[in-house]
Amino acid sequence: MSIWAFANPARFTRLVSRILPWVAGAAALCLGVGLIWGFFFTPDDFRQGSTVKIIYIHVPAAFIAINAWFMMFVMSLIWLIRRHHVSALAARAAAPIGAVMTLVALLTGAIWGQPMWGTWWEWDPRLTSFLILFVFYLGYIALWQAVDEPDTAADLTAILCLVGSVFALLSRYAVLIWNQGLHQGASLSVDKEENVADVFYQPLLFAIAGFVLLFIALVLLRTRTEIRARRLRALMLREVA
Amino acid sequence: MLGQYAPFVLAAYGVTILLVGGLVVSSVIRSAKVRAALEKVERTRG
Repeated sequence: MSIWAFANPARFTRLVSRILPWVAGAAALCLGVGLIWGFFFTPDDFRQGSTVKIIYIHVPAAFIAINAWFMMFVMSLIWLIRRHHVSALAARAAAPIGAVMTLVALLTGAIWGQPMWGTWWEWDPRLTSFLILFVFYLGYIALWQAVDEPDTAADLTAILCLVGSVFALLSRYAVLIWNQGLHQGASLSVDKEENVADVFYQPLLFAIAGFVLLFIALVLLRTRTEIRARRLRALMLREVA
Repeated sequence: MLGQYAPFVLAAYGVTILLVGGLVVSSVIRSAKVRAALEKVERTRG
């Protein structure tokens, strides 16, 4: 069966009902293992003390913040090229999740920054590009709310998403591009020298897997809701007419 | 266990649980509401 078969809303809804409990269960398991292992069973860092435990929420949230926008970018392209409604609704469903994850990354970063850098906020390239990404998320959500006609809203938000992708990319590579500011480079790297120590790395992988699975579960749930809301709206409009 | 940085670590986890928990709960509630409303309309239409 082709992947495009799931662009059919009824088929997509049936698929979600089948796989959602498994994805949500796997998310809970990975989050439980990663966060409990990281919080209770890893040592303090020799320089950062116990604040290193913030890594298990800050890094996964930042990872989702960027990649949620990338997922919206792909869904927006599919909408613009192939006009599948499910893809537009999936992008709409992902936006609030991405916004919350960006906010979590910003807030936990500020809370981590105060004891380590001596400041809650700095106009650092990584921090600033994340703040701009958060504003783009809010703008994207507001644009969906502001336009009544669903296809026009999908068109306009898809274009906004393509433009905002520049900032999602900048958020990811800001540290490398500008090579300045307080924020460190990537926590996860194929370079063993740059990577976090193994004792933090393993629970961090579980936490990231948990956040990714939670994101997928929420996107599936919220997309199914959007499909049902769209059908409800269509039925009610037909009754009025 | 967390030493002098306990308020920062606990605040970070607290904010995350509040925001992500709120997102999950609001998503589930809206899903249930929309599903119930759709079923009601479909029932009345036969």
